[in-house]
Amino acid sequence: MMEPIRDAAAARGLPITVCGIDMVFGGRGTPVQALAAVSLEIAAGSFCSILGPSGCGKSTLMMLVAGLYRPTEGHIAIGGKRLDGCYTDAGIVFQTDVLLPWLSVLDNVLMPARVKRLDMAWARSRAGDLLGQVGLSGFEARYPGELSGGMRQRVAICRALLSDPPILLMDEPFGALDALTREKMQTDLNRIWADDVKTVMLITHDIEEAVLLSDEVIVMSPRPGRILQRFPIALSQPRSPEIRRNPAFHHIVDEIRDLFRATGVL
Amino acid sequence: MAQRQAPSDLTAAASARAGRRRLSIVGQLWDGLLIAGAFVGLIVLWQIATTAFAIPSYILPSPLEIIAAIAGDWLRLLQNALVTFGEAAAGFAISIVVGIPLGVLIIYSKWLQRILYPLLVASQSIPKVALAPIFVVWFGFGPLPKVLIAFSIAFFAIVVNTVVGLSRTPPEMIHLMRSLGARPMQIFFRVRVPMAMPYIFAGIKISAAFSVVGAIVGEFIAASSGLGYLQLVADNNFQIPLLFGILVLLSVMGAVLYYIVVLIEWIALPPPLRSTDTGQGHGTL
Ligand SMILES: Nc1ncnc2c1ncn2[C@@H]1O[C@H](COP(=O)(O)OP(=O)(O)O)[C@@H](O)[C@H]1O
Ligand SMILES: [Mg+2]
Repeated sequence: MMEPIRDAAAARGLPITVCGIDMVFGGRGTPVQALAAVSLEIAAGSFCSILGPSGCGKSTLMMLVAGLYRPTEGHIAIGGKRLDGCYTDAGIVFQTDVLLPWLSVLDNVLMPARVKRLDMAWARSRAGDLLGQVGLSGFEARYPGELSGGMRQRVAICRALLSDPPILLMDEPFGALDALTREKMQTDLNRIWADDVKTVMLITHDIEEAVLLSDEVIVMSPRPGRILQRFPIALSQPRSPEIRRNPAFHHIVDEIRDLFRATGVL
Repeated sequence: MAQRQAPSDLTAAASARAGRRRLSIVGQLWDGLLIAGAFVGLIVLWQIATTAFAIPSYILPSPLEIIAAIAGDWLRLLQNALVTFGEAAAGFAISIVVGIPLGVLIIYSKWLQRILYPLLVASQSIPKVALAPIFVVWFGFGPLPKVLIAFSIAFFAIVVNTVVGLSRTPPEMIHLMRSLGARPMQIFFRVRVPMAMPYIFAGIKISAAFSVVGAIVGEFIAASSGLGYLQLVADNNFQIPLLFGILVLLSVMGAVLYYIVVLIEWIALPPPLRSTDTGQGHGTL
């Protein structure tokens, strides 16, 4: 099912360009430089992971791409258009699920449709499809407080996907989950993405997760975050969990681990 | 796919069911019954104690004597109770109508936040009960000073809880709404107001009780009707059981206002927003 209003090119995702970004947080104390000279390009429809140690500015980078923060220096462009203010067509999964506790699961997923005044009949059927895809059929009427962390994060992913956004930004969406649930959700996410290709920027500190899912992994240094190296992942998409047995997979994981070791992160 | 849920999903569903039971009407009724039982037990104990130790009724009348005093004077009590209830309810209503918008203004105006809010907080160190004689001097002996005292005691809890509630919106929720293209008005009504509701209702519940206190205090100072006035009369005539009877009626009045608020909360708010305790409340007499 496609949202009727968008053209075919946008339906396959939009490219993201990050150009010469410096980000300094002011405030009362000493200024904190979160990002230094970050430039990158994510091709339309590709899955890119930003990988770095905690506190290196990954979340900040995502907020900048969403237009929720303004860069101190440099600019962001999405689909060739420079951002001036908030970018309102992205699907975003924040580091915490940010579900509204007083709304049912279904109403949480429908929130983008309500705010953007989309066709509600279309939105309801899409919400039902998405919840079904992540195994949450039957939970539509529950409140978020009645769900486990993994279920809540899946609801947040459904909400991000509801308006069929051309780009998807995710900030450590599986970081707080137990290992089994995380693995299941990684597989689900890869399948959802492969079924309906969008540009994805996934923030993570998990090397295997980044390599497992991405077309490209961008590795960042500790704060102030800089781009250390880019790793194209030449494994075929969609990825099955069995790829963890592939020597090529381990080769890249080891390479990235060596890079972290060389820079003193590990 | 639904039948292949991870174990964590199942335990979450189970604990959710337990949570529902606690929030359900049946659970609430059960709690209510327990409290009522304890209350009745206490009354019975009181009755037994006053009889067993032969406590004179001018020191501590027995529950039966109190009931008899209420029954013997019920028309006068009812008329005066209605007066007090009217004053308290008016002060309470005004404190809601003024308090909530004032809280909203304080949140949205930097100047009010910097100047008016600290003044309001500082004003709470004034014992407002002591304002009563002044209000009588200014506004005479009618119901107006009572309503104003009730209002001045009750409205602060509502303002403070509105301010606290509206400022409790997590920044991530604002980010989410902005990323969806929400306008400030949409953010206000779809996120900030629901987020503040438990606090606002906690404030309203406190002021329900406080407004009765305010009306009584006003009547103590100068009045020719109302339960506060009747208490002074009963005191002068040494009608101690009646004095206690009035106390009972005042408690009932506070409880009625309180439970009206609880009822409205139950009807108006989804379960996750209902404030289950008044622990969030602030207020001084
Ligand atoms: N809103 C903010 N105000 C001030 N400093 C911030 C803010 N957000 C992040 N920082 C600082 O920027 C740095 C990077 O933070 P963040 O982007 O959250 O890192 P990561 O997501 O990689 O763990 C940290 O040192 C953090 O303290
Ligand atoms: Mg982060």
